[in-house]
Amino acid sequence: MAVVFEKTKALTDVPFHYCPGCTHGIVHRLVAEVLDELGVVGQTVGVASVGCSVFSYNYFNCDMVQAAHGRAPAVATGIKRAVPENVVFTYQGDGDLAAIGMAETVHAATRGENITVIFINNAIYGMTGGQMAPTSLPGQITQTSPYGRDTATAGHPIRVCELLSTLSGTALAQRVTVDSVKNVNIAKKAIKKGFQNQIDKKGYSIIEVVSTCPTNWGLTPEESMKWLRENMLEYYPLGVYKDIDAEGGDK
Amino acid sequence: MAEKVLMKGNEALAEAAIQCGCKHYFGYPITPQTEIAAYMSKRLPKEGGVFLQAESEVAAINMVLGATAAGVRSMTSSSSPGVSLKSEGVSYIAGSDLPALIINVQRGGPGLGGIQPSQSDYWQATKALGHGDFQMFVLAPSTIQEMVDFVPLAFEVGEKYRVPSMILSDGMLGQMMEPVEFPEKKDVVIADKPWATNGHQNKRPKNIVNSLYIQPEELENLVKERYERYEKIKAEEQRAEEFMTEDAEIVIVAFGASSRVARSAIKSAREEGIKVGMIRPITLWPFPDKTIEKVVPTAKKFLCVEMNMGQMVEDVRLVVNGRKPVEFFGRTGGVIPTPAEVLDQIRALAGKEM
Repeated sequence: MAVVFEKTKALTDVPFHYCPGCTHGIVHRLVAEVLDELGVVGQTVGVASVGCSVFSYNYFNCDMVQAAHGRAPAVATGIKRAVPENVVFTYQGDGDLAAIGMAETVHAATRGENITVIFINNAIYGMTGGQMAPTSLPGQITQTSPYGRDTATAGHPIRVCELLSTLSGTALAQRVTVDSVKNVNIAKKAIKKGFQNQIDKKGYSIIEVVSTCPTNWGLTPEESMKWLRENMLEYYPLGVYKDIDAEGGDK
Repeated sequence: MAEKVLMKGNEALAEAAIQCGCKHYFGYPITPQTEIAAYMSKRLPKEGGVFLQAESEVAAINMVLGATAAGVRSMTSSSSPGVSLKSEGVSYIAGSDLPALIINVQRGGPGLGGIQPSQSDYWQATKALGHGDFQMFVLAPSTIQEMVDFVPLAFEVGEKYRVPSMILSDGMLGQMMEPVEFPEKKDVVIADKPWATNGHQNKRPKNIVNSLYIQPEELENLVKERYERYEKIKAEEQRAEEFMTEDAEIVIVAFGASSRVARSAIKSAREEGIKVGMIRPITLWPFPDKTIEKVVPTAKKFLCVEMNMGQMVEDVRLVVNGRKPVEFFGRTGGVIPTPAEVLDQIRALAGKEM
């Protein structure tokens, strides 16, 4: 009988703990498939960050290190500098990457640290139960912005790809989402490019995935996808913000 | 025998690290330890190593965590306020069962404090450099030679027991110069690291370096297993120097820079016929309780001399346990006690009983 589907070997058989409708599962699959297709699972070291995806060290079938909140880029830097032949990636959420770990993020990027960063932006702190994130939208109701994010007191959401695209060390800054087959394919291509860049020693690559959090948004999986399309993509337009391979480099 | 060279403490320590195979240094500038970073930045690129000036102390210690996890000898150095910032990473290193070397060239505190020598981070180093139940292997050098010799020792013990190690130095030892001799390179012993996350190459099961355990019983068992290792360290790795303790009625306990001052004072007191000696803890954790215990029957009084408001004195009192009086003399804020001040203390103690 013809084999029509095979699960990637870059994922273990441990069942995901993610909520229904959460896009972590899709993104894990994409990262794993890319590692498989590039034939680098055996030389890859992933860095799990604090947040819902911390248990990713159980899911990816490569060596894994769990970092303190926000410190994944620093830990990844240490790993990569110790063994440059390793393929090193971080998998970080928005609170981890853009709040507590912003210094580590900006400096890893500006150093052109030769790592690949998968950034899950779902505009909320998931694991701690739905607090305001640095990427929560203006007016967004969360546990710590119960009257809606007031930009006068809570400031404005950070556009990470735009910010990092200003740095010379960034090789690739691309924002994708996984709400449709078309977009999943684009996301996979971007992730693959992010890892290929590392293999080609091009520097820091970040793939921001605009993601859902149905549980903490208080929406069904289907409503979440709709909310993502109607609200998040306006503030966080999809696209390539920096690609040193493309003509002109910047968007 | 190798040739003796005159070197500054901080630079001698850095050279010792390179010579014992530590080729990955991550740090951040702070007085009075900056010479370590400067020396590393000059030497490591030529040794095929990595010097990286991190964006913060926090990042530096996490880079050390990453490099150590990947299986290489790695270190960072700082001074008191900077070491406080590293506490998060040190806790994760301990919780992940990783060896790593952290240098603290102490200065006065709390807060920004001052930039002169101090020993006021004794509690931080030996009790709680970070959250959670854990210990570090802590060495206190008192000479530049020991700044050199303790580096390989710190790595070897740390790797053997998979615990972080600290060399608790101070601004005086960091900045002063003395002749030193470096050990022969053939003596470098680097343990195998089958736990390293450096890519399984499809040849072994995946490794995970982690400090997260959601099930309380699992975490408790892990911490208990770690404490069994701590008990072994306490049994096997205590180190202390005894100086003129055979007949000593007054036993001074002092480590690091203050032990140098105490030693001068003891020599002067001996000339005056006072029977005084010193126990100098070399390992601050494990605390050398066996050496202290040995002199409790013969000593009449103990005197702790420290460059702080009285920190190690509590550990001495725990060992002596009320059997003999344990006095304290200290200067703090970056002030180094003078031999004359310590001699006065010795005379006063002797006078009380003689």
